[in-house]
Amino acid sequence: MYGNDFAPLLEQVDSAERDLQQAAGRDVAAGADLQGYFDTIVAADQKIEPRDWMPEAYRKTLIRQIAQHAHSEIIGMQPEGNWISRAPSLKRKAILLAKVQDEAGHGLYLYAAAETLGISRDELVEMLIDGRQKYSSIFNYPTLTWADVGAIGWLVDGAAIVNQVPLCRCSYGPYARAMIRVCKEESFHQRQGFEILHTLSHGTPEQKAMAQDAVDRWWYPSLAMFGPPDGDSTHSERSMAWKIKRFTNDELRQRFVDMCVQQAGILDLRIPDPDLRWDEARGQHDYTQPDYDELMRVIKGDGPCNQERMEHRRRAHSDGAWVRAAARTYAEKRAKNAV
Amino acid sequence: MLFEVFIRPRRGLSHAHVGSLHAPDAEMALRNARDVYTRRQEGVSIWVVPATEITASSPDEKDAFFAPAADKVYRHPTFYDVPEGAAHI
Repeated sequence: MYGNDFAPLLEQVDSAERDLQQAAGRDVAAGADLQGYFDTIVAADQKIEPRDWMPEAYRKTLIRQIAQHAHSEIIGMQPEGNWISRAPSLKRKAILLAKVQDEAGHGLYLYAAAETLGISRDELVEMLIDGRQKYSSIFNYPTLTWADVGAIGWLVDGAAIVNQVPLCRCSYGPYARAMIRVCKEESFHQRQGFEILHTLSHGTPEQKAMAQDAVDRWWYPSLAMFGPPDGDSTHSERSMAWKIKRFTNDELRQRFVDMCVQQAGILDLRIPDPDLRWDEARGQHDYTQPDYDELMRVIKGDGPCNQERMEHRRRAHSDGAWVRAAARTYAEKRAKNAV
Repeated sequence: MLFEVFIRPRRGLSHAHVGSLHAPDAEMALRNARDVYTRRQEGVSIWVVPATEITASSPDEKDAFFAPAADKVYRHPTFYDVPEGAAHI
């Protein structure tokens, strides 16, 4: 439906952006009542904008999804931030710094998009910190070696991109526009990870073993990033009807597996799945599903690093309190003196 | 304070809305906007405007609000018949 699934990422994002502009130019004969107007706009692939009427459940679903996405970007800075001071060269360090700064930026674009739905930044930060809202379970796994930075870029960012490119076509305007920005920047993230792994796998035997070990540990958690299988996914159907979501969890997971197999060949690294094979009839790969019980345990808080990630986030927030207070006081003082 | 951010991508183009951010004052908002919205040379000029200072038309009354323009086709050049042979018009 959206052309070649394997078209380069940036082309897919550009085409989402073009379609957005084209759809906006189409005249729609909108229904007279509020629900009718909403339905017509969504059906015509146009965008719902902040001050438009929308069903309350649509608003709530979006707040939950965009907030979780924003929190993931912010928590996602931690596993990689862990390696900034130990990057193997100045070049790698500068790149990693830029990448982690991007994650902060992505978190901010997304918080800004969530705020257009009538929730405040303070509430969102609060809900992350007190655990009422979640972030992606993938960030509860540890980064044990430098190769993990490569595996995160290739697999975790790769999976995120497969998830996020369709979101550039989401029916809610501010979210779609934020995702276009995010996706354009993410492509550098995935490539830098791929390059790290490629360098390691073509280095010494120890370096290659380190790269393979990282891929072995990140493969299944990355597959789990797409969420539970379609049959168990509670929100999928409604989100698809609202065009918040464009593909099911299993469709996206399959697309990711098919992409990775070819790339693993170039990396000369093995995907840790003995049952991975091409299915001629389906035109797709058969593969082993991730452990969904583990996914549920990690989401509920029992992953290797849940506690550490949350403690770090709370500490960073409280340690920064004096900076926020100082900036506010300074602004107030200047405003007063200016009168 | 919530600020809306507008960026001029290149000289000769208009500023366009890119998103929003929080800052204690306009000066900090400008600095934050530079870090959040122009990490890849996306702009040569930034405006920040307190969100509360923006007055917006309401989407609910948009039909009536914009209706006066709908029946004035003579505002478009395509409304007029240009005789065969008239140049530069």
